Amino acid sequence: MTRIDATFQRLKAEGKKAFVSYIMAGDPDAETSFAVMKGLPEAGVDIIELGMPFTDPMADGPTIQLAGQRALEAGQTLERTLQMVRDFRKADDTTPIVGIDGLIVVDLPPEEDSELCLPAKAAGLNFIRLATPTTDAKRLPTVLQNTSGFVYYVSITGITGAAAAQAADVAPEVARIKASTDLPVIVGFGIRTPETAKAIAGVADGCVVGSAIVKMIEQKRSVADILAFVRGLADGAHRA
Amino acid sequence: MAEDGINSFMTGPDEAGRFGIFGGRFVSETLMPLILELEERYTFAKTDPSFWAEMEDLWKHYVGRPSPLYFAERMTTHLGGAKIYMKRDELNHTGAHKINNVLGQIILARRMGKTRIIAETGAGQHGVATATVCAKFGLKCVVYMGAHDVERQAPNVFRMRLLGAEVVPVTSGRGTLKDAMNDALRDWVTNVRDTFYCIGTVAGPHPYPAMVRDFQSVIGREVRWQLAEQEGEGRLPDTVIAAIGGGSNAMGLFYPFLDDPSVKIIGVEAGGKGVDDRMQHCASLTGGRPGVLHGNRTYLLQDADGQILEGFSISAGLDYPGIGPEHAWLHDTGRAQYVSITDTEALEAFQLCCKLEGIIPALEPSHALAHVMKIAPKLPKDHIIVMNMCGRGDKDIFTVAKHLGFDMKV
Ligand SMILES: Cc1ncc(COP(=O)(O)O)c(C=O)c1O
Repeated sequence: MTRIDATFQRLKAEGKKAFVSYIMAGDPDAETSFAVMKGLPEAGVDIIELGMPFTDPMADGPTIQLAGQRALEAGQTLERTLQMVRDFRKADDTTPIVGIDGLIVVDLPPEEDSELCLPAKAAGLNFIRLATPTTDAKRLPTVLQNTSGFVYYVSITGITGAAAAQAADVAPEVARIKASTDLPVIVGFGIRTPETAKAIAGVADGCVVGSAIVKMIEQKRSVADILAFVRGLADGAHRA
Repeated sequence: MAEDGINSFMTGPDEAGRFGIFGGRFVSETLMPLILELEERYTFAKTDPSFWAEMEDLWKHYVGRPSPLYFAERMTTHLGGAKIYMKRDELNHTGAHKINNVLGQIILARRMGKTRIIAETGAGQHGVATATVCAKFGLKCVVYMGAHDVERQAPNVFRMRLLGAEVVPVTSGRGTLKDAMNDALRDWVTNVRDTFYCIGTVAGPHPYPAMVRDFQSVIGREVRWQLAEQEGEGRLPDTVIAAIGGGSNAMGLFYPFLDDPSVKIIGVEAGGKGVDDRMQHCASLTGGRPGVLHGNRTYLLQDADGQILEGFSISAGLDYPGIGPEHAWLHDTGRAQYVSITDTEALEAFQLCCKLEGIIPALEPSHALAHVMKIAPKLPKDHIIVMNMCGRGDKDIFTVAKHLGFDMKV
């Protein structure tokens, strides 16, 4: 069982929704990024999604694009990111990290499974797939087939940090996916406030917040401020 | 070779959109259903005579096809070796080969009921062609163009605006073609219902590389019969040469000759300031290695960690860190040869072409011509080279003037 699976088992037993937070590894620099990451579990984060900076993130809006650029300019590499996780694990061996315990590769559809998805699963990692508003009933089984850990439902057609998610639109979509799988369904894209986190988590198994947190890093807010904001979001999701 | 499918170079891509290990469909789930639908609709259109009848009609009456195959007599004499022909796609409406492909995609978009067309552009030629065909059919058109290119290709920006298109300057990255393509893909992910993404080269996720190649192959098909008309029944070119940005004009010329082993195929990449570790060039095949970008696997300029590098070229149309996946495959199989030409060499060819042939070429085909200048003198007089004159130089006169130290403000 991966750390991700174990976390969902615990949350289920506690009757709680999951709160997932996204940060970019190395943004704005390795030190600050690590300080934020270390504080996330204490702030109520159940699962950390750790982004790898890339020059050309096709699915990301300006906020996360800039985060990637800041990290790369500060010298972040794959090796440094892995070292950051090794350091994190010295004090915390339970909080799951998406990017490490499981993978989300946004532009790797099931049609290209053989190279990465299947070997990753064989190596004991989760492979978390995105379902979207354009994933129709005919296609859904293909998307779910090799997915594990959880299903990430993208609440809008668009890029990260763009339009605001609406619980009323999301609810029937989540229900549709849950009718076809026993995996938890977590909703992301367009969630920025504790209220939305609560509303969205209420119609799913949890929610993800990324750009709103990354924006605070962009604004050079203190680590304490950032973690206080994250706590508000986590509380919102946990109240659902 | 042509008759036996097994050894043919013309059967790709496979069902997964692969040319060998290259190509494929690396896009987010939001776009997956869209490209599958596009593939289905294109597969149908490809064998639909009414689709091709519409294309033929517009190619003839709107674009001005067939474009001439022109014997460049003074260039031939000057170089003193091989006989040089130019395929005059710069005479097409809008001044480049780009419109061959745009017509195909827009006719398909109309058949799919799409009302909004988006495109990326580097030199602005694909943007102008897309804006043009959208104006003709009354479709909304949005063109993404790197901020750096908006500056160096100003005449084309104004052209697009005159034609009613919205031009969006892209400031992410270094503001060139790669970044424009990222933003076009981001637009498409956002506007999935009414929007058709008209890609300007043989890149992107399957089916784009194959579809764009099929539309551009009109170039090579015409060369086949035109050369036979001028040089005698059955006479094939000995060498075909084209410049490569993403590789669409080159695939268009090369494809119909892939299964003719006597035809030597040469693609010319932009060597910028020279192909070395300064990485101030756009020669993906010579200076890159395989990776995934913009929906396909191909040779890319990248660092040790897989981060994409910004290329460099005087020519906005060649300033792209990747290359169409079919070229990557033709390179690895050895069917085609790929070389590079520097900015300086391209500028020399540009000027020579103006003076000897009365043709002001675009900077992109000037790269192809520069390689012709290198090899022609050493080849026998009965060796026939066909180079693709894929664009005219009107858009480039400001850039060239600047490099030659000529003040345009007089
Ligand atoms: C005249 C001309 N030639 C060549 C290119 C490069 O594109 P491709 O390699 O797809 O032909 C461009 C692109 O803008 C162009 O305008």
